[in-house]
Amino acid sequence: MAKRRNLELMVGTFVALGLVALFFLAMHVSNLSLNTSGEGYLLQARFANVGSLKVRAPVTMAGVRIGRVDSVRFDKDTYEAVVSLRIDATIDSIPDDTFANIFTSGLLGEQYIGLEPGGSTEMLRDGDEIVHTQSALVLEQMIGQFLFQKAGESG
Amino acid sequence: MSSDAVDARPEVLVEIRGLCFRRGERVIFEDLDLDIRRGTVTAVMGPSGTGKTTLLKLITGQLHPDAGTIRVAGQEVTRLNTAALFRLRQRMGMLFQSGALLTDLSVFDNVAYPLREHTNLSASMVRKLVLLKLEAVGLRGARDLMPAELSGGMARRVALARAIALDPMMILYDEPFTGQDPISMGMLMALIRQLNDASGLTSILVSHDVRETASIADYLYVIFEGRVVARGTPDALAADQSAWVRQFMDGLPDGPVHFHYPAPALAEDLLTRRAR
Amino acid sequence: MLDPLARLGRRVLEALERLGRGHLLLLAILLGLGEVLRRPRLLWEQMFNIGVLSLLIVGVSGLFVGMVLALQGYYVLSQFGAAESLGVMVTASLVRELGPVVTALLVAGRAGSALTAEIGLMKATEQLSGLEMMAVDPVRRILVPRFLGGVLSMPLLAAIFSAVGVLGGYFVGVGLLGVDEGAYWSQMQAKIDFDEDLVNGMLKSLAFGVVVTWIALFQGYDTVPTSEGVSRSTTRSVVQAALVVLGLDFVLTALMFGD
Repeated sequence: MAKRRNLELMVGTFVALGLVALFFLAMHVSNLSLNTSGEGYLLQARFANVGSLKVRAPVTMAGVRIGRVDSVRFDKDTYEAVVSLRIDATIDSIPDDTFANIFTSGLLGEQYIGLEPGGSTEMLRDGDEIVHTQSALVLEQMIGQFLFQKAGESG
Repeated sequence: MSSDAVDARPEVLVEIRGLCFRRGERVIFEDLDLDIRRGTVTAVMGPSGTGKTTLLKLITGQLHPDAGTIRVAGQEVTRLNTAALFRLRQRMGMLFQSGALLTDLSVFDNVAYPLREHTNLSASMVRKLVLLKLEAVGLRGARDLMPAELSGGMARRVALARAIALDPMMILYDEPFTGQDPISMGMLMALIRQLNDASGLTSILVSHDVRETASIADYLYVIFEGRVVARGTPDALAADQSAWVRQFMDGLPDGPVHFHYPAPALAEDLLTRRAR
Repeated sequence: MLDPLARLGRRVLEALERLGRGHLLLLAILLGLGEVLRRPRLLWEQMFNIGVLSLLIVGVSGLFVGMVLALQGYYVLSQFGAAESLGVMVTASLVRELGPVVTALLVAGRAGSALTAEIGLMKATEQLSGLEMMAVDPVRRILVPRFLGGVLSMPLLAAIFSAVGVLGGYFVGVGLLGVDEGAYWSQMQAKIDFDEDLVNGMLKSLAFGVVVTWIALFQGYDTVPTSEGVSRSTTRSVVQAALVVLGLDFVLTALMFGD
């Protein structure tokens, strides 16, 4: 009987350990702790070019992540990219003249959306659209422009 | 044919007709006929490698013959489905050469295993039955030992207690005397005879130990190269004058079965450069 | 003249036959899974044999793998001034690849070989035949609990491996090499995705659990019942399990992280 209890105890401990490890990985290591998908509210933003912006890319304000890109789709009437941003529910005071930029982390890093707050007293609410946007800087275009300019100066 | 029809001929419990069995290219049995009568100890003898163990596995349905019929208690073993075969096996006990005890269970639990598996008896009832069966083989005192702590002879007796736990109609013994010292050999012989007579069992015994087997069996079959070469009571076989029976029964080194494994002549073989 | 060709043909046919028997066995095991519900105790015993007894080697290996990853990762990352990403690198390697794969290899060596030897010896000592003669199906009674025990233990062991590894990386990276503690965790949390990384890793591990246990059980069940046969089956069990795990890992990785 004692042997049997021991066995059950050990197996129970093992399963519990495994589940604790899983929980630790889920909550402390992965983005599940931050990713309150379904929670928070959605904002829309239109860009002429989103570059290589991906779903789940971070949305930051002053460099702090406050949300994620929820979806990126193409509007066939305006030929623009429509990006949905899911913002954490606690960040509920984003002015309606906020500026949305697509930045690149580092020279070749992944792209993310940076919000710069405006001065308006009206706050954005669920479903609202950010009007002021700045498209992604595409490296090839920039280099092309730079070379063109240089050529113009010298010629 | 319904099972009652054959059970009405109570004298034959196992009836084998025209049995053929091959393993790859090798023919193990060729048109073998064999009858086992109810209530007797029948021994099947033959040199090693003649497929005696295979015969037991065919009777219990663990192997399937290439041709022929095997009837046990009126049921055609080769045509039973798994469930029916399992039901039939509950009525057969088998004693394996090695005992085949479950090594992670004690002696008591080993004997209790078929009872717990196939009956709904209460724990106290199981205990009583197990102790009775162990008493029958003289090992009631060893009930708490593990199989690894038993001698070969004791392990076989425990296995015997397990084989009779469900009060089967028939027990099959696979080489019960191999590798036993004279004392445990004597014990096993006495046990086999006793169990058979006391509980009205039928016993099939496969062996190549001629003297021991002949002394407890009611009827003997001698098989060689897939066929029955001799049959009869021990006395009849002892009087049989055919070269084959004499060689086997008397253990002569040369005769119809040659001492040498088939090979080219020795001189020829020695003169050849490479064997193959 | 045609002998080598015939030999090759025979080899191929034998291999195909074995493959077929293996799949039939897996089918029989899957059909018998219900048996465990009737006798849960059999499952606990096997979770003990496979899971609990592998815990030490899996935990220790996880710790050291995590620590080594941190050391090596730091060396490379600091050259690019990206030492803060150490946490991401350690964790992504562990959760996506090393956790499931190394755990599967360890379990194949620690528990798979034991399973093969156990089943093989049970066959060699006629215990399996004995069960059949007692009208007990050895597949359901012996193989099914072991299979399920292995399949359930594997993801738990892999999770423990990864978690211990992340902590090992933390000790070395933050404690020894002076990576910023906040960066170690926050970068990790920002970059490791729950579905993409963690769930996929666990699915991999589950698949490895099926494969490793299946191979171990089949090799034992299909063994030549002699001492030489059992020893060869045991070796084959570990080698095959390792190869199949690595091959399957490639396929699964391509499927899961392929986009």
